[in-house]
Amino acid sequence: MAITEIRPAGLGSARGRIWKSLHGSPLGLAGGAMLVVVVLVAVLAPLIAPYSPSEVHFATPFQKPGTVGFLLGTDDLGRDIFSRMVYGVRASLEVGALCVLLSVVIGTPLGLLAGYWRWLDAAVSRLTDVTLAFPFLIIAVGLAAISGPSLANAAIALGIAHIPTMIRVVRGETLRIKESDFVLGAQTMDASGLRIIFTHVLPNAASAIIVQATVIMPVAVIGEALLSFLGLGIQPPTPSLGIMLSDAQQYIFRSPTAAIFPGIGIALICLAFNLFGDALRDAFDPTSSSRK
Amino acid sequence: MQQDADITVTATNGSDRRRSNPAGRSGHGDAGDPLLQVRNLEVRFGDGDPVLHQVSFDLQRGERVAIVGQSGSGKSTTIGAILRLLPGNGRISGGSILLGGKDLATASDGEMRGIRGKKIGLVPQDPMSNLNPSMKVGAQIADALAANGMRNRSAIRKRAVELLTEAGIPDAGRRYGQYPHEFSGGMRQRVLIAIALAGSPDLLIADEPTSALDVTVQRQILNHLQTLVDAHGTSLLFITHDLGLAADRTDRIIVMAEGRIVEVGTPRQILLDPQEEYTRRLVAAAPSAVAALDTDPGRVLEPAAVTATAGPEDILVVRNLVKEFALRGQRGGTVKAVNDVSFAVQRGTTTAVVGESGSGKTTVARIILGLEQATGGEALIDGRSITGSNGAQRRMLRRKVQPVFQDPYGSLDPTYSIERLIDEPLRIFKVGNRASRQQRVAQLLDAVALPRTVAQRRPNELSGGQRQRVAIARALALEPELLICDEAVSALDVLVQDQILELLADLQQRLGLTYLFITHDLAVVRQIATNVVVMKSGSVVEAGSVDKVFLAPDADYTKELLGAIPGAAFAR
Repeated sequence: MAITEIRPAGLGSARGRIWKSLHGSPLGLAGGAMLVVVVLVAVLAPLIAPYSPSEVHFATPFQKPGTVGFLLGTDDLGRDIFSRMVYGVRASLEVGALCVLLSVVIGTPLGLLAGYWRWLDAAVSRLTDVTLAFPFLIIAVGLAAISGPSLANAAIALGIAHIPTMIRVVRGETLRIKESDFVLGAQTMDASGLRIIFTHVLPNAASAIIVQATVIMPVAVIGEALLSFLGLGIQPPTPSLGIMLSDAQQYIFRSPTAAIFPGIGIALICLAFNLFGDALRDAFDPTSSSRK
Repeated sequence: MQQDADITVTATNGSDRRRSNPAGRSGHGDAGDPLLQVRNLEVRFGDGDPVLHQVSFDLQRGERVAIVGQSGSGKSTTIGAILRLLPGNGRISGGSILLGGKDLATASDGEMRGIRGKKIGLVPQDPMSNLNPSMKVGAQIADALAANGMRNRSAIRKRAVELLTEAGIPDAGRRYGQYPHEFSGGMRQRVLIAIALAGSPDLLIADEPTSALDVTVQRQILNHLQTLVDAHGTSLLFITHDLGLAADRTDRIIVMAEGRIVEVGTPRQILLDPQEEYTRRLVAAAPSAVAALDTDPGRVLEPAAVTATAGPEDILVVRNLVKEFALRGQRGGTVKAVNDVSFAVQRGTTTAVVGESGSGKTTVARIILGLEQATGGEALIDGRSITGSNGAQRRMLRRKVQPVFQDPYGSLDPTYSIERLIDEPLRIFKVGNRASRQQRVAQLLDAVALPRTVAQRRPNELSGGQRQRVAIARALALEPELLICDEAVSALDVLVQDQILELLADLQQRLGLTYLFITHDLAVVRQIATNVVVMKSGSVVEAGSVDKVFLAPDADYTKELLGAIPGAAFAR
């Protein structure tokens, strides 16, 4: 809003403003709704899935979608694609959430410290440069070689890959906030550096961190699919959208739906996060807020 | 009426402005054919209530008219409507805007593109952000010329250099190929003027063209703009918040408030004989006008008495202060931001440090606050330096000196409630318990005349003036003896500015505070300070009592500064 002097009273609180902005964005609401559905599916997987994801029906392989009993058909071993997808979404979100958690927990403090204290900045920045120089696939291969491929290792590899971007975002925000008058004011009150970082810088950087998390999440979901596809992530028979794609690849001409549905699943999860993240960023954006 | 205005102004203020050629004006002045006729203009945002109500005014050919108002008065919305560049979902919901007989309110977007630039030129407010930083200055003017239908490249270049020269840029041929960052703020504003004049418009709209510039630069730019406008016979619509500036520069002043025109008149009528209550308040609050009109020496002598009773003890001593900054990219190269500055501040008085941007005044304040380490010399509070002491002693010194910053939007953490903002220093110094802190916050809110109910609000729910009151309350929380006000009222509208200055004066009297007032605004100095230190390029040019410096300045620079105060013409 450009003319904010006429802003009605009561819309002043940041939370109210963000809420209102989200309300005004139909795409963001759609993304949010999809997100709720995806999360519910993941949480309630055992209740939703009609079969166990690894339950094999040798009598009925390659069923078409819509077959009685198998909503989305079956794969080469006669496993129910719908059930496997429900559990696959769960695995994707688990890896995504772990990866985001890792990058936030490690990236945020490092970014705050590097942004606030110049002498730490060089060290942390070199560290992020080194990490960025490693393709995350190499890290994943290395981890898989050391302790075997698993969901946790996939999440760690993806997490390490995303820590540098989180550090950079938080560092940038810190550099900006550090220059504001309210931080100067706190310094003149003899507030310690750590106190300023945690009581002033962090709350003001929170929106950027949240937005960055919604950016990392879909990338991590795709990364998990990729690693599982390559056999570096989740191991069969545990279902994962990536493994389903990899399994379906051999029979892609005989039964394309076995590959199409997991593909759509990945796309929808990413779309949901991206739409919601975009709306969130607009809502937090200081230029669209009522500053003056 | 227009004729009257001209005559009056000529008679009373015949110095500087009459030198420019008035031929264009007297030729068309009251030909009964105004260039711009705004009638009953009404603007709404979305489906809300109108923000402009029945705005009507005329602008003759060659006439200079100022629209004066505070932020939110609708002056920017008015020009937004004339240019048909209203932000967001703004729209003209009534009335007409006739420019040379053509109604802009109903013109199509395509027609407007032909009018902007060719018929109406705009000089925007901020020279820093209105030039493309990645494009050569000359190319940006050439762009404006090409948009106006010039096709021959060498002719465009020639004309662009001409325009630059006309706008007062020396060595324009070489400057043509430079980027905006190689220009100073004043030079950039000249470039913007050149761009605005590129299409030889009939009407030039200047939206606070100099509010981002120093006073001496402001005067040069406006003198030049005026000469150009007069030479071309262009009409000027001058938007400003500064009544003194408007009075100096225009033939007629339109005062706006809350989307309505409050009063219209010649500068002399508005400043010396305002009819409306609002205008009267505005004139009384306008620091430049006050300073200019108030030649009674008794008033300024009054604060000196306070000094005497407070005793001769110096609370702040700045001695041979030097601050060097390393130049980026030049090994060992340094620039002296502060060069051998010395002054002392007596307890209970107000000392103003005046200077333009780059004079080092803010660096001095930061060193006193202990935010910067001095390269040489010392800043002593009660005989001790903040940066030179540590632990308990530093904490004790920090309690004695607190800052109030310029921008009340930046100095309050937006994520905090007002209560938490004000009691933050108490929590840092572990003063009292929860209940006693709450009580103290209530006291402080009373002291700065804010209702206690704001305690649970957040800064973005308050106006600029209210926020500055919160900032003052926070600075007072630790019962400091010295307040460093760094441009503390510069970001505020004049009426609000006046209230805050009054509050500061009142607090000084009640609590015996000492102020160090960092400002670029000499008029504010006159209003609040007892002593003044004039700085230029890191050095003290002149120091002394306000009376002495204002009435009998020694340094040429001080004289220049004083001469640049807008509205001074109406002093005598």
